[in-house]
Amino acid sequence: MLEIKNLHVKLEEEDKQILKGVDLTVEAGKVHAIMGPNGSGKSTLSYVLSGRDGYEVTDGSATLLGEDILEMEPEERAAAGMFLAFQYPVEIPGVGNMTFLRTALNAQRKARGEDEMSAADFLKMIREKAKTLKIDADMLKRPVNMGFSGGEKKRNEILQMAVLEPKMCILDETDSGLDVDAMKLVADGVNALRDAGRSFLVITHYQRLLDHIVPDVVHIMSNGKIVKTGGPELALEVETNGYAEFLDPEVA
Amino acid sequence: MALPQAKRDATEARLAQVTLPEGAAWARGARKGALDRLTAMGLPHRRDEYWKFTRPETLFDLPAPPAKVFSAEEPPVFETIDRLRIVFVDGVFDPEQSDALDMDGVVIERLADASATDIHWAKDLYGTLETRGQTPVPRPLAALNTATASDGLLIRVTGQAPRPIHIFYLHRDERSDAVLHNVVKVERGASATILETGPAAARFNKVMEIDVADGARLNHIRTQGRDHERRAVTHLFARLGAESVFKSFTLTVNGVLTRNECIVEFTGDNALAHVAGAAVGDGDFHHDDTVFVTHDAFACESRQVFKKVLRNGAVGVFQGKILVKPDAQKTDGYQISQSLLLDGDSQFLAKPELEIYADDVACSHGSTTGAIDETAMFYLRSRGVPKSQAQDLLVLAFLAEAIEEIEDPQIADEILGRLDAWLGRRRG
Ligand SMILES: Nc1ncnc2c1ncn2[C@@H]1O[C@H](COP(=O)(O)OP(=O)(O)OP(=O)(O)O)[C@@H](O)[C@H]1O
Ligand SMILES: [Mg+2]
Repeated sequence: MLEIKNLHVKLEEEDKQILKGVDLTVEAGKVHAIMGPNGSGKSTLSYVLSGRDGYEVTDGSATLLGEDILEMEPEERAAAGMFLAFQYPVEIPGVGNMTFLRTALNAQRKARGEDEMSAADFLKMIREKAKTLKIDADMLKRPVNMGFSGGEKKRNEILQMAVLEPKMCILDETDSGLDVDAMKLVADGVNALRDAGRSFLVITHYQRLLDHIVPDVVHIMSNGKIVKTGGPELALEVETNGYAEFLDPEVA
Repeated sequence: MALPQAKRDATEARLAQVTLPEGAAWARGARKGALDRLTAMGLPHRRDEYWKFTRPETLFDLPAPPAKVFSAEEPPVFETIDRLRIVFVDGVFDPEQSDALDMDGVVIERLADASATDIHWAKDLYGTLETRGQTPVPRPLAALNTATASDGLLIRVTGQAPRPIHIFYLHRDERSDAVLHNVVKVERGASATILETGPAAARFNKVMEIDVADGARLNHIRTQGRDHERRAVTHLFARLGAESVFKSFTLTVNGVLTRNECIVEFTGDNALAHVAGAAVGDGDFHHDDTVFVTHDAFACESRQVFKKVLRNGAVGVFQGKILVKPDAQKTDGYQISQSLLLDGDSQFLAKPELEIYADDVACSHGSTTGAIDETAMFYLRSRGVPKSQAQDLLVLAFLAEAIEEIEDPQIADEILGRLDAWLGRRRG
């Protein structure tokens, strides 16, 4: 599904290398988790994959279903199946949540040569999906993420994912700021979407989320590289011993 | 105060070409008075403080610069709304396309028709509110209008108007130079909605004098349509009685030069006035909102909300003033003007002013100039919304605050839908 090879990324504005050779392959239908200390480059990886400005790829490649995505516009990547649940979802005053989601869905459909979804069908679909995530209709009417609590914003990210049905879902700390029940809701939302044709890359600091969304593979990222890869037990190890033993000797 | 020689010469030369329209015996005095005012104040000049940001010459020099007629393959604005429609083509009344000037609760006549009698209710208003609006700042092009207007509507609202009155100004002639003058009198406790749409003419000078009596309401919604080369100077003079409500909203899209002046005067207590505007300009576009609100009564509320989206060298101007006289205690005055610049070539020039002589008031003003929020852009695009469409969503969101000033949800929807479609068409 997603194949990242030797990815090197620096900031466009300054001479600062952030990713220093990331290698990562996520197979179709699998859930991979990335853990790692603050500032190790996890969010940067997710931004570079989804096409945010401000980064420069100096080496390496990334493909989604065999297609080079690094040259694509963010909207093209989305239409190709990429989705990022933001660590910090963005508030957009004046743009209604519903309008936003319908515009996004229909733009993706159009880009893929599919028919647009009618307003009525969309309404029905979103009501159902919102209900399972316990997002009330009132929140849908409000501007995107405006006045949402931290947990509501994260649930809204999962709702967007459920509506857009992407192939490659990257979740950047979707669990942080969630209470126990909300975490369960989000995990259920993600698990409901697990499918042979869909993959997940779950960035988290906490083992707890991984109790609910059980990963196939766990990676540790440190100082811009994947330094260790293992099974779910790796997350448990981190939980008890911290990152010390995995750290790049350069920085440790 | 004596005028500079050059200004006096220019004014005399221009006025030499003026012939006062025949008829409307009752208006003759007002027209002559307006000419005298104009002679005394002189035509605007770009060195005038009030015209610092906008060059006035092409708004009155003869002949008027021509403007191509834009053919829009789309239904006219407000077509889906049940209304009384009155059509002017290049400033000339068109009876064929107009509904009968007849509706419950309203008396509508044409300025050009109301000529036979020497007595008319509009005599007390025609040129009167314009004259009041000439101090402290002269507005010569409004006086020119009062003197020379060829036609216009005299609308007297006596009850609750059941449908909006829609004045539709069509532009068909590349060289038209139209001068229209409307007078609206909303009597005690009466209410009406007036819609104005259309590009009107290659050059359009329009005045609307509005007298809203105690406890009366007037909603005014206008769109200045899409002909790129058109020019317009408009003045709206509103005098508000006690507990009256006046709301005016203007959407402007395109036009090389537009100057919209709005002069509001509170004369009765506890009245309310909201004046709002949304303008979208691309390229050769200069749009000037000049607003002057005078609080001369107790506990009145005024709100000014103006938003402009500019790109490719478009220029936006906002001059807005709130004047609070000594006895206007408990005044609530608010003013915001904001621009969204889509590139580095466009500019927004703003001069917000407060002048307050009462001590127990709440007045605030603010003006901002900003660019598109890149974080929001990325968020939208990461969900699959193409760049230009994402930008339009943010543009609409920016303008929403002004559009929300429209009271009637059906009309607000129509405006929003139209804007959305226009932006979409430009996207292709
Ligand atoms: N635009 C930027 N300007 C300056 N520094 C940046 C920028 N983007 C990322 N960095 C730096 O790059 C490093 C990696 O940041 P990133 O956000 O990817 O870390 P992270 O692994 O997601 O951390 P956390 O666990 O705290 O979310 C940090 O040192 C950060 O300060
Ligand atoms: Mg991060």
